Amino acid sequence: MVPLNWYLLLSAAVFSIGVFGFLTRRNIIIMFMSIELMLNAVNISLVAFSHYLQDLRGQILVFFIITVAAAEASIGLAIIIALFRNKNTVHVDEMHEMKG
Amino acid sequence: MQLMMPNLQPVMPEITMTVLALLVLVADLVIKRKETIGLLSIITAAIVAYFLTTAKGTAFNGMFLSDGYSIFFKLIFLMNLILTVLISVKYLSVERVNFGEYYSLILFSTLGMMVMASAGDLIVLYLGLELMALSTYILAGFLRYDMKSNEAALKYFLLGAFASAFLLYGTALVYGMTGTTDLKEIAGYIALNGLAQNPMLILAMIFVAVAFSFKIAAVPFHMWAPDAYEGAPTSITAYMSVGPKAAGFAVIGRVFLVAFGGMKVEWSAVLIPIAILTMGLGNIVAISQTNIKRMLAYSSIAHAGYALLGIIAGTPDGLASVMVYMLVYAFMNIGAFAVIIMLRSGDFKGDSLSDYEGLAKTHPLAAGLMLVFMFSLTGIPPTAGFMGKFYLFMSAIQAGYTWVVLIAVIFSAISAYFYLRVVMLMYMKEPKETVALSSSPAIGLALAVALVGVLAIGVVPSFFVNFAKAAVAGF
Repeated sequence: MVPLNWYLLLSAAVFSIGVFGFLTRRNIIIMFMSIELMLNAVNISLVAFSHYLQDLRGQILVFFIITVAAAEASIGLAIIIALFRNKNTVHVDEMHEMKG
Repeated sequence: MQLMMPNLQPVMPEITMTVLALLVLVADLVIKRKETIGLLSIITAAIVAYFLTTAKGTAFNGMFLSDGYSIFFKLIFLMNLILTVLISVKYLSVERVNFGEYYSLILFSTLGMMVMASAGDLIVLYLGLELMALSTYILAGFLRYDMKSNEAALKYFLLGAFASAFLLYGTALVYGMTGTTDLKEIAGYIALNGLAQNPMLILAMIFVAVAFSFKIAAVPFHMWAPDAYEGAPTSITAYMSVGPKAAGFAVIGRVFLVAFGGMKVEWSAVLIPIAILTMGLGNIVAISQTNIKRMLAYSSIAHAGYALLGIIAGTPDGLASVMVYMLVYAFMNIGAFAVIIMLRSGDFKGDSLSDYEGLAKTHPLAAGLMLVFMFSLTGIPPTAGFMGKFYLFMSAIQAGYTWVVLIAVIFSAISAYFYLRVVMLMYMKEPKETVALSSSPAIGLALAVALVGVLAIGVVPSFFVNFAKAAVAGF
């Protein structure tokens, strides 16, 4: 059996890649993908904990996270499309209507 | 196997709200006058408030707690909802975005806040938070053809989603360490196994603190707030500077004082620097703003810092003062935004500070109201802002954090500069041009409610404070 620690390390690695991607990439779609990566890292550790503890709560939370992430994706993409229609770019550095 | 019907009495307000919000969404298809939809959503809020009176108890095995604490917060959310709808009715037609889904989105967002305030479990907390946040992202970008509004929604969305990933990672770690997501059981497990100094659990606590700091716009996680507040429709700026912030404090109170109650030393070491930075940056950066919405955004950041003092105190009195402060803040902030909304008409934006020059000459009543709200935001007696701050600082001093309160008082004095500058511009400058106010009976009612709220809490604070203390008693 694969020990719990391996899953946790995988989850921490994927989460860190997500955080790094969010902070360094400037394309909104890629930043958005990084957020999804972070959420899936959480899912990995929740399922691993849930299996290790022999308790179903973690898996229930995973289902909720998947559902909410889908809703979040649709709203996020809708916002990006509305922005793209006005601005013709998905580069976050060009979003500078407001300053101060 | 026998199927048991759970006791739904405590969840009735939320169920009613869900059903009525869906009905409002459907009613939008048949009703052409969108003002009627606004009226329907106010009626919804009143019905939900009625159900709140009989809703005490717990449901779903302690996952949903309807105690005095949550009911007090729910009343703040409903008040916020009603005031926001009242100031929106005219504003939406001025901005030419008079669509019915606006009102159902506000209802769903408020529903999310109500679920958050009642959450006895991290899963419920997450679901409430997402319902609130997702609806608010859409509302922030409601002016679809305005680039600023798009940008506000995008920034709010990206950082909000980033924050909820942190909340979830913290939740996952807590679940792994304690084997449960129930707030009371987490506290019990930590106390039983002496896990308070466990590095993994401290990491989890920091992740959760980061996520909540994003929600209440505390420094250094405030970057989204000024842009989101400036770009969003003004009525939504008023709404999201009060609602999500109060909901954030409701869950901070529960998670930090209940679930992490045994880790007070650890989390106050995280929250005290956050509170000091929040008050400092909010008040100092607000001085250099030229846009009043942006200035109030920084002021809103600063007020989150003051309110954190009550959480840091960690006593029932501290919690009660946070609750009263959120109520006070709802009245004074929405009042100030209502005046800003009145100045918006036709092609005149009315959100620059220079637009307020000489307002007292052209519109003395609007200027007088703005004066009261600005005095209250500064914290000058006999307004509610003073009493709210007084009780917060009192509770923090009693808990032994005198030095933090000293810093807070200094920053509070600095804040007088930019609030009173608005008053100075209104009363001591000559008007450049005469603008027509876009007033309506609804916005007048909202201003009257806000004014009465600010003065009543300022003059008889003990009534509200005792109410909050009684609410906290069952915490």
